[in-house]
Amino acid sequence: MKSLEADVVVIGGGSTGVGVVRDAAMRGYRAVLLERADLGQGTTARFHGLLHSGGRYVVSDPQSATECAEENAIVKRIQADAVEATGGFFVVTPGDDPGFADKFLAGAAATGVPAREIPVAEALRREPLLNPGILRAIEVEDGSVDGWQLVWGAARSAQAYGAEVLTYHKVVGIEREGDRVSAVLARDVKKGEDVRIDCGFVLNCAGPWAGQVAAFAGLHDVNVVAGRGIMVAMNHRLVNTVINRCVYPTDGDILVPVHTVSIIGTTDVKEDDPDVLAIPRAEVQQMLDAGEKLVPTFRNARALHAWAGARPLIKDDRVAATDTRHMSRGMAVLDHASRDGLKGMLTIGGGKLTTYRLMAEHIVDAMCDQLGDTERKCRTADEPVPGSESRKLYQVTHRLAEVEEERLTDPVICECELLRRSVLVKTMKEQPNATLDDIRRQTRLGMGPCQGGFCSTRAAGIAVAEKVVDAERATGLLRLFLKNRWIGLWPILAGDQVRQTALDHWIIQGIYDVEHLPQPEQEVVL
Amino acid sequence: MSARSEQSKHLRERLNNELKRVSLDHCVKCTLCEQYCPVYPVTELFTGPKFVGPQAERYRDGDSVDHSVDYCSSCGTCTVVCPQGVKVAEINSLARAVMKVEHGMPIRDRLITETTIMGKMMTPVAPIANAVLGNSLARGVMERVVGVDRKAPMPTARSQTLHGWLRSRPKPTNKPTRGPVVFFHGCAGGYFEVDAAKKSIEVLEHIGFKVLVPKQGCCGLAHQSNGLFDRATDQVRALVTQLRSAGTDLTIVSSAGSCGGMLRHEAHEILGLDDPELLDVGTRTRDISEFLMELHDAGELPTDFKRIDLRLPYHQPCQVRSQGIGMPAADLLRLIPGIEVVESGAICCGIAGTYGLKKEKYEIAQAVGKGLFDMVAATNQGVVACDTETCRWQIEKSTGVRTVHPVVLVHQAYGLS
Repeated sequence: MKSLEADVVVIGGGSTGVGVVRDAAMRGYRAVLLERADLGQGTTARFHGLLHSGGRYVVSDPQSATECAEENAIVKRIQADAVEATGGFFVVTPGDDPGFADKFLAGAAATGVPAREIPVAEALRREPLLNPGILRAIEVEDGSVDGWQLVWGAARSAQAYGAEVLTYHKVVGIEREGDRVSAVLARDVKKGEDVRIDCGFVLNCAGPWAGQVAAFAGLHDVNVVAGRGIMVAMNHRLVNTVINRCVYPTDGDILVPVHTVSIIGTTDVKEDDPDVLAIPRAEVQQMLDAGEKLVPTFRNARALHAWAGARPLIKDDRVAATDTRHMSRGMAVLDHASRDGLKGMLTIGGGKLTTYRLMAEHIVDAMCDQLGDTERKCRTADEPVPGSESRKLYQVTHRLAEVEEERLTDPVICECELLRRSVLVKTMKEQPNATLDDIRRQTRLGMGPCQGGFCSTRAAGIAVAEKVVDAERATGLLRLFLKNRWIGLWPILAGDQVRQTALDHWIIQGIYDVEHLPQPEQEVVL
Repeated sequence: MSARSEQSKHLRERLNNELKRVSLDHCVKCTLCEQYCPVYPVTELFTGPKFVGPQAERYRDGDSVDHSVDYCSSCGTCTVVCPQGVKVAEINSLARAVMKVEHGMPIRDRLITETTIMGKMMTPVAPIANAVLGNSLARGVMERVVGVDRKAPMPTARSQTLHGWLRSRPKPTNKPTRGPVVFFHGCAGGYFEVDAAKKSIEVLEHIGFKVLVPKQGCCGLAHQSNGLFDRATDQVRALVTQLRSAGTDLTIVSSAGSCGGMLRHEAHEILGLDDPELLDVGTRTRDISEFLMELHDAGELPTDFKRIDLRLPYHQPCQVRSQGIGMPAADLLRLIPGIEVVESGAICCGIAGTYGLKKEKYEIAQAVGKGLFDMVAATNQGVVACDTETCRWQIEKSTGVRTVHPVVLVHQAYGLS
């Protein structure tokens, strides 16, 4: 068993967890992050890609609106390379109550969310595919954000401050000494090794899995409800501006241009198990219908991929009155000392990706309070994370410009996502134990129209040629990758994507005969 | 906002509004367009039609960053061969137009597209103009200063324009038996390739048509393929008005291979013009070989051709192929006893209008055309047939073999020359 020591162990490698480990490390704590899979693999990146302006909440949840507006500006400042300043519109579509726009403008003014009404003609000129029947349009400062880029940036910042970020480490136990937390036990699932981390504090940032994590500390009534939502990515940017329906928040009311796709979502259905999230076809159809309201040619466009994510909503009647300063409507910190008599452990739930940094600030503040470290102030809001020092915001043209520059020397491996060989090889060599999905989350390998049909075999071949893996593991990685792509493909299969899938099938099964490549002893799952 | 960015924004809006951008959704990455692209295999400077078309288009918003799109020769083959219906060439053309608006246009591209002005200036001083264009010292200066390759083919100026000939020739003696058609000769037919235009008129008159030749300017194709969309738009609209002035329900017969395509589909699909007058002219336009073969199919084409014993290499230009009319010139030439037509099988001769004139693209254009030039060298008996003017200049310059419009042989077979 491997032994480590830390001041604080952060459990969960989503946006909240990496935000927390970064915050704690910047305040001088020795911090370790444990994530059972890859960073941003749970809830974080299974989202719209929306960096909220706050507009969505100006009527329904004013405090969240203000927080979003403030954090929107902060995230752009510290994580420019993950954010595109697309701007956003709230549009009143035919049949919606035009009066809601007045409530919206009043709410925006009251919550400090920048918003201004623009002529419908201007909105249509800027977004020609937008529903020409819209009645009103309000411009806001929405952006789009790459969830993986965001968590990796924050994680690298944490590492630069001495934190350890351990992915594929599954928590198997939380030890207590008397009324205090004393250690976290984990298993390195890639190496098959047990790890013990002696620590004074545990911050439970496991999102929808927070109840399961709390149970390791003997706390069996942390009630996190998983609210499942599905998203559908369309093959190209039907719009270059975030389009929101100007109504009280409802299903399928947001269309986000993120990277090269546009994403419509979402739904909200209570689920019992956050590990089993369906993508029902009826909900896919519901999303396509919702898209039609915003962009009337929506159903003619090509659906590319769908996914489901689980919002972590904490329902807790016993949040102590003393905790309220750490809470807002969107997020909740549970202090297990006052709630359950266990010192050194806090759980956080709720919130949104846009406010991930603020959530981290709240829970680390609560830890500092409990430890009496009131001198250690949060410093996360100003310093850019590694990779964002230039403070230059991401633009969709970036990869095209890079490929243009390197086109004579650096071949493109994933054509849809313009992923160059050198970037792929560098990422593979940095993380030799990675699966192709791990590589995908950092490089966008296989996320475009052909969904890995052309690039997955190239990537597997390069991994062998570069001696990162042997041929047997490469086979397993390839099959695992294709299997995982399929999860998000079958629910949306129609039209162009059927043709693509047929061609991919012929290539993978016919040309490469992927069932009969050098076999790994056991099918690769990690 | 500067005038330039305002203009490029306007172009982008035009692109977004059109169905062609949406057509990128149909791409399944099959690479057929790359297999057929004449430029992609001969230079790594061009990233290929799939890349600059449906792939890169997903990344375009704001600044134009992929200048290599300009290595596309606009031959249009990608759109023709795409089995999924992606408007590859159209997407590329617009991207290039936006790029040129944003980053400026070489003065050369403005000059070489002004074919009518060139024709008007050169005709009165034809011997001098030809001497200058034939002079290696002058061509060296032209290459350095303007960027037109010193080895690139140049048109030959004629001392009489087509309209000069029409005014001075004796009136046709035979009485029209079939009613009028409008003749579209293009700017090259008016000033440089006058022979093909004259012979087209004489063939049409010989078989009984009254041929109306309204005054006509350039179709704007050269401007369009160089990304000068505004100028191209003005020109094609002016041409449409001129052609309609001769009658609004007459067939328009064209001896200008590529320019017919501009009227029939490119102005609509690439420039994004929906003028009903343009669509009307496009619908009524026929390539001359196509027109004659339609008559033949209806049993109305006299086939009293004189025998011409000749093995004849024939090259169908890319921009004639993209009109989707089959290969009427080859079919027509095969009606002439004694002619053995050998189809080139080549996708493009390389010149693609003005592409092969440019000094940075001359070698690429030569490499594109190499298969064709070799084929011509191996099969010709002194003459090659090809429907489009610049392609004829390219083939003639690169092979040394006389290259004529197919109608020239039809003219001869009817005993008119």
